[in-house]
Amino acid sequence: MRPGVVVPLAVFAVIAVALGIGLQLKPSEIPSALIGRPAPEFALDPVQGTDKGLSSADLKGQVSIVNVFASWCVPCRVEHPLWEEVAKTGVPVYGINYKDKPQSAAAWLASLGNPYARTGADLNGRVGIDFGVYGVPETFVVDANGVIQLKFIGPVDRNALETQILPKVRELQARKP
Amino acid sequence: MIAELGHFALIVALVVALVQATVPLIGAQRGNDAWVAVAQPAAYAQFLMAVVAFFALMHAFVQSDFSVLAVFQSSHSLKPLLYKVTGVWGNHEGSLLLWILILSGFGAAVAAFGRNLPPQLKARVLAVQAMIGVGFLLFILFTSNPFERIFPVPQEGQGLNPLLQDPGLAIHPPFLYLGYVGFSMAFSFAVAALIEGRVDPAWARWVRPWTLAAWCFLSIGITLGSWWAYYELGWGGFWFWDPVENASFMPWLAGTALLHSAIVVERRDTLKAWTILLAILTFSLSLMGTFIVRSGVLTSVHAFATDPARGLFILGFLVFVVGGSLTLFAARASALKPGGLFAPISREGALLLNNLLLATACATVFLGTLYPLLLDAVSGDKVSVGPPFFNATFIPIMFPVLVAMVIGPLLPWKRGDLSGMVQRLRGAFLIAASAGLITYAMVSGTSLVAVAGIVVSVWLIVGSLMPLVERAIGRGASLQHSAGRALALPRSAIGMAFAHAGVGFFVLGLTVLLSFQTEKDQVLRAGQSMEVGGFTVTLRRVESVPGPNYVAQRGIFDVSKNGTLREPALPEKRTYVGSPMVTTEAAIEPTLWGDLYVVLGDADGAGGYAVRAYFKPFVHWMWFGAAFMVFGGVVSLSDRRHRVGAPRRAKVDAGSGLKPAV
Amino acid sequence: MNRFALVLLAALWAGAALAQGLETPLPDPAQEARAQELHKRIRCLVCQNQSIHESNAELARDLRVVVRERVAAGDTDEQAVAYLVSRYGDWVLLKPPFNGRTLLLWIGPALILVAGMAGVALYLARSRPTGPDLNPLTAEEKARIAELLGEERQG
Repeated sequence: MRPGVVVPLAVFAVIAVALGIGLQLKPSEIPSALIGRPAPEFALDPVQGTDKGLSSADLKGQVSIVNVFASWCVPCRVEHPLWEEVAKTGVPVYGINYKDKPQSAAAWLASLGNPYARTGADLNGRVGIDFGVYGVPETFVVDANGVIQLKFIGPVDRNALETQILPKVRELQARKP
Repeated sequence: MIAELGHFALIVALVVALVQATVPLIGAQRGNDAWVAVAQPAAYAQFLMAVVAFFALMHAFVQSDFSVLAVFQSSHSLKPLLYKVTGVWGNHEGSLLLWILILSGFGAAVAAFGRNLPPQLKARVLAVQAMIGVGFLLFILFTSNPFERIFPVPQEGQGLNPLLQDPGLAIHPPFLYLGYVGFSMAFSFAVAALIEGRVDPAWARWVRPWTLAAWCFLSIGITLGSWWAYYELGWGGFWFWDPVENASFMPWLAGTALLHSAIVVERRDTLKAWTILLAILTFSLSLMGTFIVRSGVLTSVHAFATDPARGLFILGFLVFVVGGSLTLFAARASALKPGGLFAPISREGALLLNNLLLATACATVFLGTLYPLLLDAVSGDKVSVGPPFFNATFIPIMFPVLVAMVIGPLLPWKRGDLSGMVQRLRGAFLIAASAGLITYAMVSGTSLVAVAGIVVSVWLIVGSLMPLVERAIGRGASLQHSAGRALALPRSAIGMAFAHAGVGFFVLGLTVLLSFQTEKDQVLRAGQSMEVGGFTVTLRRVESVPGPNYVAQRGIFDVSKNGTLREPALPEKRTYVGSPMVTTEAAIEPTLWGDLYVVLGDADGAGGYAVRAYFKPFVHWMWFGAAFMVFGGVVSLSDRRHRVGAPRRAKVDAGSGLKPAV
Repeated sequence: MNRFALVLLAALWAGAALAQGLETPLPDPAQEARAQELHKRIRCLVCQNQSIHESNAELARDLRVVVRERVAAGDTDEQAVAYLVSRYGDWVLLKPPFNGRTLLLWIGPALILVAGMAGVALYLARSRPTGPDLNPLTAEEKARIAELLGEERQG
């Protein structure tokens, strides 16, 4: 037997394993380039109808969650009650309102409730771009030094909240500032 | 009721396929003629059942029977009839059914036309074909039943993706599948040959027409998809090196290599193991394409709604088919007798070079397509591998292929004489070089890459067609005599020359387009104009035009060149009923030298519209080149030695008289 | 093939289509041309496999504006690209950078070609018959091959 004839089979075995692993991966989720880096500098006015704006300075001092949302985003509506829940536990949830009409955003918060300790109206989406946002909703966990530690893409469900986001928050809270 | 009939037909088809996959194989092994004979009727029955199922689904679509889930999800009662019909394969389940229909159709074709195949080989081929069928039938029945009902029955369907409501795209999938699935024939023949442990010139002779037919279909399918992207996506792009495009291009490259290596097996009785391997790989790449499209492992602009369960099933099937056949290959390939002496400078040497380069090109596309996945699987890093990578690697590999495509066919078998060939190609070389020089001198801003592209394409066109003309004209023959001689040339030789020249036309179009395209973006108000490629495009007005299931904003542009008014350009933006999607209909004005391409963009709210206009020189040469290439394939297929179906023995032919080739 | 994902993503973004006016090209044609070349190098994030130059997506438009601003602010091509890479990672580059992670990708084609050439060389060196066929041709089959080939010579 010529040894060469086994080569195709061996190559295929490697590819098949990779494809198998590939099935578990989410190719459309682009990892953030900002993990482990300070959140970008920004200062945004509050969403119409709320009083506290959001700036990068607000992200320092305690572990916080930054949620990028918009009234036109259907999945945001789905995850919204979870933020209400998280806000009640004392973890500050900040909202960046991405490319929204001021009135629509105001109406949205008025009707669904406002879980956000602070909101920033990112009217032209530039702060979103600085955060590497490419779809809404996206959620970031920022540590007490204002460094981004986790990015979650897409709507947060209970499972993601309890297995990824909240454990990260607790881990960071336990860390000495 | 009819939907249930279709479902039932699929179950029957599965049972028949199971029988067809096992009984003839055992029969061939044991020399039991009765068991061998099961293959043929089973192949017919499987095909019949697939036809019943397919038409049952088509019936549901045409009748807008929204109690069938697939119809509800991808059809709409307002849709024009044509798109109700093509909607059958505009969704995952239906397209899978089309795949099964074509697969069983090829099986039935072997049963019908393969009368002079040795019965055992035929039985084995049909059994292997049925194994593939079993896999796909299990797949459709267990993960993607197209006949699934929903209750309560919705009043109206969710509509078909507006982008798919286009004649070009509607007929693109069937051709693509005819190509993909057509390569299953080469695969089945290869596996059957491995089981028999014998590959001979006759085997190659039987495989070639099927491969050539599949290659023609796949070429048409790819070209249609590319053409569709050109006029529909709104910026005149035609190829994006997208994973799904690559998924169709890789089998095409491997299939092209296979076509050529099979010639060596046929003529020189050598390169057998490699040809078998190529046959296996070509179809494996087709299956891999299915996996990529339907599992969502790679991001693509055009993937089906994905489902991990389906991905897992296809992966399992892929491991069975590819892993199984490659294991068989590893076990049996050594037993294939290598051929005789092999001179590097000879026709077979050139074909070997062709295979080396095409295989490398195919592997490069494979690497680029799967690299993001491999890297992600190994390290979790994500990278994009876009057109710049493929352009930087694929083109340099293909360039020598283009050069050698002219030389190879002029080399004799066994041992070639380079100096004689230089003599014969001197004319073609001079013409090609002058074309390059003239372009360089006459057109300012011609890059060296453009010159290289023009030289090689003219070389291909002239060098492929000239020997044909020479053979027809001969020395001092009359015109009448030459015409007779031209017709008497073997069709396979004519077909090859046409196909190679077609590649030349394609490369010429591509080179000129990429080198000399002009593009202009401008905001226009009514009455304002812009200049592009020597044309003046003036916006008259934008009006609303209702369509059957959409509303269009149509821009009306006057077009003039050198003061002469031409046909107005009428680009549209369409908003479909029941879909947030907006599609762009570019206005394309073909001219002798290229297309004027006008796209209507957004309104600025103050009476102005963003307008993008291109002049795309020589773009029609690409479509013509692709069509000419396929035409060459068809001409070659009509050669009586390549007739679809197995070649008849000479005796049979003599008995039936001099039948003209079809 | 069906471009469903495109549609899904477009649908996600359709809601965001607020009237914002049109993009204005940079006043300096040379800068605009540079910006457009850069656009072609940046992958559109929401459409997955197009450059931002080709995409109608809202985010692609925003990114085009960002690139124009960087160019107008005097960034070199590399700086402008680095600006986006620092936000979105290497993923936004249609041409993967040459580094440790992409080494195999970039040298892969050459490796494959060399391996293929080695294989061909080996094959040519060994192209003499080495052993008996597992299933030698019968006399009848040999006759048929001769017949077929004969037919070809006539044809």
